[in-house]
Amino acid sequence: MSTPLSRVAAGVGAFFRFWYGFIVGDDWTVAVAVGAALLVTVALNQRGIIAWWVLPLTVVVATAASLRRTAAPRPGG
Amino acid sequence: MTGATATVFVTTFLGSAVEAIEMVAIVVGVGATRGWRSTWFGVGAGLAVLVAVVALFGLALGSVPIGPLRLVIGVLLLVFGLQWLRKGIKRVAARSLTGMGIAAATDSERWVGPGVDWTAFVLALKGVLLEGVEIAFIVVSIGLAAREMTAAIVGGASALVLIAAVGSAFAAMFNRIPRSVLQLVVGILLTTFGTFWSLEGLGVEWPSGDISILPLLAFYAVIALSYTRIERRRVVAG
Repeated sequence: MSTPLSRVAAGVGAFFRFWYGFIVGDDWTVAVAVGAALLVTVALNQRGIIAWWVLPLTVVVATAASLRRTAAPRPGG
Repeated sequence: MTGATATVFVTTFLGSAVEAIEMVAIVVGVGATRGWRSTWFGVGAGLAVLVAVVALFGLALGSVPIGPLRLVIGVLLLVFGLQWLRKGIKRVAARSLTGMGIAAATDSERWVGPGVDWTAFVLALKGVLLEGVEIAFIVVSIGLAAREMTAAIVGGASALVLIAAVGSAFAAMFNRIPRSVLQLVVGILLTTFGTFWSLEGLGVEWPSGDISILPLLAFYAVIALSYTRIERRRVVAG
């Protein structure tokens, strides 16, 4: 029988699991790469350097690296 | 109708239509991929928050910090969109373009649980809230500047209703597209909007302003198709 405390703990756990899955998902390196790219963009932008290209380039490279790390599923799988 | 009224109507209509297209693209894409029930909950919640924000700030809506809102929602859509982009690339590559007759019920992205699908809920809420606030911004700023608030409200509302109607018509077509392809398309859309809004939120200027979203979308689409071909070759070889 679940106590109110255990229900709250389960709810908090489910809340954090949801946001971890939403933000990080199955490959934490992509989320980290996006975060790093945003920091670089801010730094370049503050110095007056054109920086809009950093994030799209990071998306392309991080996606390629993530795809290489994980094998594609079998046909029909 | 005076010339000034007509100009305000057309300007708010066109400006709001661009934002409404982004809103409807997210809602239709998420609904067709994950299921409609939780997506509609998200749309309803987004509209409720939007109404509360507009009621709270009224004509002072311009004081709402849109930059941080764009940044937070943009980053969340980007990191989630990248997950769907990778899954879509892998699934389309694995099943090939000729053998993608996948029943919706067997696709793992389709929510089949009894409760609320929070992923669909959050995605729809974010899309509706951010784009809704931007439409409200356009209406209030143009309406106040031209002292033609009624024409601005009618222009913004007309655009939203028209684009929503077009989106509803296309929703049925989306339901016939294989889920893996749909996931790839929505992944490209979320990645594009997420990238664009994240940088807008940081105050970074795009080379062509708002129009830059179109070449960005084309760029990501080309990259996604290229990666799908590479993955397909890997599947066939391996």
